Order: sequence, then C-alpha cells, then structure tokens
Amino acid sequence: MIGKIFSRGYLLLLLAMLYAPIVVIAVFSFTEAKVLGNWTGFSTGIYESLFSGKNVLIMRSIENTLIIAVAAAAIATLLGTIAAIGIYNMRHRQRRIISFVNNIPMLNPDIITGVSLFILFVFMGVTQGYTTVTLAHVTFCTPYVVLSVMPRLMQMNPNIYEAALDLGATPFQALRRVIMPEIRSGMISGFILSFTLSIDDFAVTYFTKGSIGLETISTQIYADSRKGGLSPEWRALSTIIFLAVLLLLLIINYRSMKHTHAKHSAVRSK
Amino acid sequence: MGKLFRLFFKRSNWALPYVIFLVIFVVLPLLLVILYAFQDAEGNFTLQNFVHFVNQPEVTHTFVYSVIIAVITTAICLLLGYPAAYIMSRMQSKSAVIVIMLFILPMWINMLIRTMATVTLFDFMQMPLGQGALIFGMVYNYLPFMIYPIYNTLQKMDHSLIEAAQDLGATPRQVFSRVIFPLSMPGVVSGIMMVLLPTISTFALAEMLTLNKIRLFGTIIQENINNTMWNYGAALSLIMLVIIGLTSIFTYRDKHDDINDAGLI
Repeated sequence: MIGKIFSRGYLLLLLAMLYAPIVVIAVFSFTEAKVLGNWTGFSTGIYESLFSGKNVLIMRSIENTLIIAVAAAAIATLLGTIAAIGIYNMRHRQRRIISFVNNIPMLNPDIITGVSLFILFVFMGVTQGYTTVTLAHVTFCTPYVVLSVMPRLMQMNPNIYEAALDLGATPFQALRRVIMPEIRSGMISGFILSFTLSIDDFAVTYFTKGSIGLETISTQIYADSRKGGLSPEWRALSTIIFLAVLLLLLIINYRSMKHTHAKHSAVRSK
Repeated sequence: MGKLFRLFFKRSNWALPYVIFLVIFVVLPLLLVILYAFQDAEGNFTLQNFVHFVNQPEVTHTFVYSVIIAVITTAICLLLGYPAAYIMSRMQSKSAVIVIMLFILPMWINMLIRTMATVTLFDFMQMPLGQGALIFGMVYNYLPFMIYPIYNTLQKMDHSLIEAAQDLGATPRQVFSRVIFPLSMPGVVSGIMMVLLPTISTFALAEMLTLNKIRLFGTIIQENINNTMWNYGAALSLIMLVIIGLTSIFTYRDKHDDINDAGLI
C-alpha cells in the first residue's frame, strides 16, 4: 500500500514537472504584464490583441506554419502511400535497400538534415523559401507515412486484389475499391503524424527558409527570443495550442477506444 | 504506349518516384556534405577544415562539452524515466493508458514553445538561466522519449518469466536485476538513442535557456553556415554525423528489430 502511494506520488511529481511550465504560461496569459511573473490583474487583453491580428509577425508565422504543414503532409501522404504499395510488391533485397535509406531521415538529427538540405539547395542554386521548406518537410515526413501504411498492407489478404482483378475490376478500380479501404487508417495516421512533425519542426525549417523573411511559429519564437523579450501574445497562443492539442488527443483516443471496444465485442459475439 | 502502360501497372515500380525523391533529397545531400567538408571555398580538395577543427581549442572544447551535457541529460532521463515506466507497466491497463497520454501530451506542443515555457518558469521562480536551466530544459523536453520505449518493452514482457524466477526462489531484487532489467534492455537502448541523438545536436534550446552564455556544438555549426562558412560547417556536421553513426552501430541490431516490428523488411 505504501509502495503504491509512493509510486503514484512519484508519477505525479514527474507530471507536475512536465506541466509546470505550461501551467505558468497559461495562468500568465490572463494578465497583461509585458514581463512574465508580474501579475497586473486579470485581463483577456493578450487574447484580444492576438485575435485582432495587430501582431502581424505572429499572425503571418501561424499562417505559414499551417500552409507548410498541410502541403507537406498531403504530399508526404501521397508519395509515401504509393511508395509503400510499390515497396510491398518488391523483392526482399530491393526492399531492404529502400528501407535502409528510408530510415536515414528518421535517424538523422534535425540539424544534419537541415544542413545537408541547405547545402543541396546552395549547390543547385535554388532560391530558398516556401518550396524548399515544404520539400524539406516532405523529406522527413514521408518515411513515417511509409512506416504507417506498410503494416496495413502486410495485414491485408494479398488474394483480395487478385480476386478483384479476376472479377473484372480494372487495376485502378481494384486500387480504389479494394486496397485503399484497407490502408486508409494507415494513411490517416501517416498524415496526422506528418502534420504534427511539420508543425513541430525548427532546425530543418531554420536552415531551408532562406532570407526572404519566411518565418514559421518555431523560427519566429527563436528570432524573438534572440532579440530578447518575447511578446506577450505568445503566451495566449501557446495556451490555445495546448488546449487544441489536448482536445485533439482526447478525440483520437476516444475514437480508438470505441474502435477497439467495437472490435472486441465483435470478436466476442463470434 | 502499351509498354508504358504495363510499366505503370507493375506495382513494384510504384516505389520509383519515392526512390528518385530519396536519392535527390536524402542521399545526394549527405554526399554533398562529405564533398563540401573536404573542399575549400574555391572547391579544391583540402583537409584544412578538419585541421582547423583540431587546432581550435574553443571548438573542440565546445564539442566535448556538448557530448558531456548530452550524456548527463540522457543519464538523468534514464534515472527518472525507468522507475516511471516500471510503475506504469504495473498499473491497470486503463489507467496506464491515461498516464502515458499525460506524459506524451506535452510532446505534441512545439518544442520552442515548451522551451519558452521553461525559460518563463525559471524567470517566474527567480532562478538564474544557465547550465542548470539547460539540463532541466533538455530533460523536460526529452523525458517522454525515454519513458515510452521502456514502458513498451516492460509492458510486452512475458510475465510468466517473472513468476518462474519467483517460484525458483529469486528475491525481488534478483528478479529485477536478473530478469526484468535485462529483458527491458531493448527499450532502454532505444530510449537512450532517442534522447542522446537530439540532445547532442540541439542549438536553439541552449541559446534560449542560457541567454547565449553557453554554446553547444550545434550552435557552432549553425553560426558557420549562417556566416557562409559552408565548407567548415559541412566538416563539423560530418564530424557530428560520424559520432552519431558510431553510436548507432552499437544499437543497429535493435533498430533492425524495430524495423521488423514495423513490418518493412
């Protein structure tokens, strides 16, 4: 019993450490003081000024982050899914080589990926901006799409595709009607993973954004903190992002719980 | 046209676009890093970049310091994370899922925002920023990466092995040191990799958490790239890559198994 209380207390302590910074930010997003830690009375002023769009830099960085994340996740999902189907139909040796190269972007530290892509773009003489950042994000997102689609293909009964062809489906129809539904969940999780990886990225974006003044949320925070003094609107934005993520995770978890629950009861009723 | 059509429908060819993409955006950039590292600004072959690295005590010192800080961070994460993972693996699966969610949740927030939060926490508690804040901030950022893989292996562990050890008269301490801990090694190793690799290469964290007082190796790479010292920056990146490659080789076996788990091979 004492052991149980002790272990629960330990987990609580760790969680408190993990959440303390976020809580401090959330609490102080409701006061207007420029310097954090000064409580100048309850106010929603920061939120109002965030939503009024007065801080153009922050608004533009949010916009850029979302545009790049959606574009990169969409391209990565398309490229990764097609690649996964191809790799699935390959011979063992070829598969091994591709899976080895596929792992490189996942194992490489961000800074190496960033520097190497920066040198690539310099070498090719490409002006860096939206396109290069998006391509760079596709580079580190696609491996995760391949890895989330592949298990779904493995679980699929390989005969159903042939069966569809035998029953007169064109390869396109077989792909759309037979393979797609089987791998859809893998594609969705690949897309979500890519989206969050892209939003979260700092180092790769930093090296590939060029000098046209393109900033995402990460690089803008970095630039602001270098100048000394983050504007108070970041506190409101972080709080909103935290709540949004919390909500999203709750929904995903609720759905997957329902899903597994349904599966279990289906198995039981058999 | 018919031939092209057949080429398209041979499904193993569908990987072709991605293969081309990988060659251009993964293989070629790494080859270019190696090429640039052995060139001077005019494009002639030289070892000058590496000589420069060895002869600059400031840079070599920073390099060693970064590795030490990364090792300390990883050790603290392991010491804090292992007990947490162990406790969670012993919980009922429903509450374990909730606790693991709580640990992962902060990871979904942009790391720069989390770091900004750490900075504000230190300001709020009126503690000075510096080495202590740097280590706290890194542990804070990477602890979940340590807990999750260890929890996974502990959770998948065959409990009959533990029972067998108990039946054969092992004390609880022996059960842990001879059965549970060795069996959880794959999780420990991937946890160490997942913390060590990013902490070695970080730069923004260090600048924010120490107010630019402490520079890490990543900072030096970034400064060189920014100041158009591309060849030197590439050489430093290559050195980091070699260090990371060497560390990965030790754990390659386990990575291999992970990939097998994911079903790619």
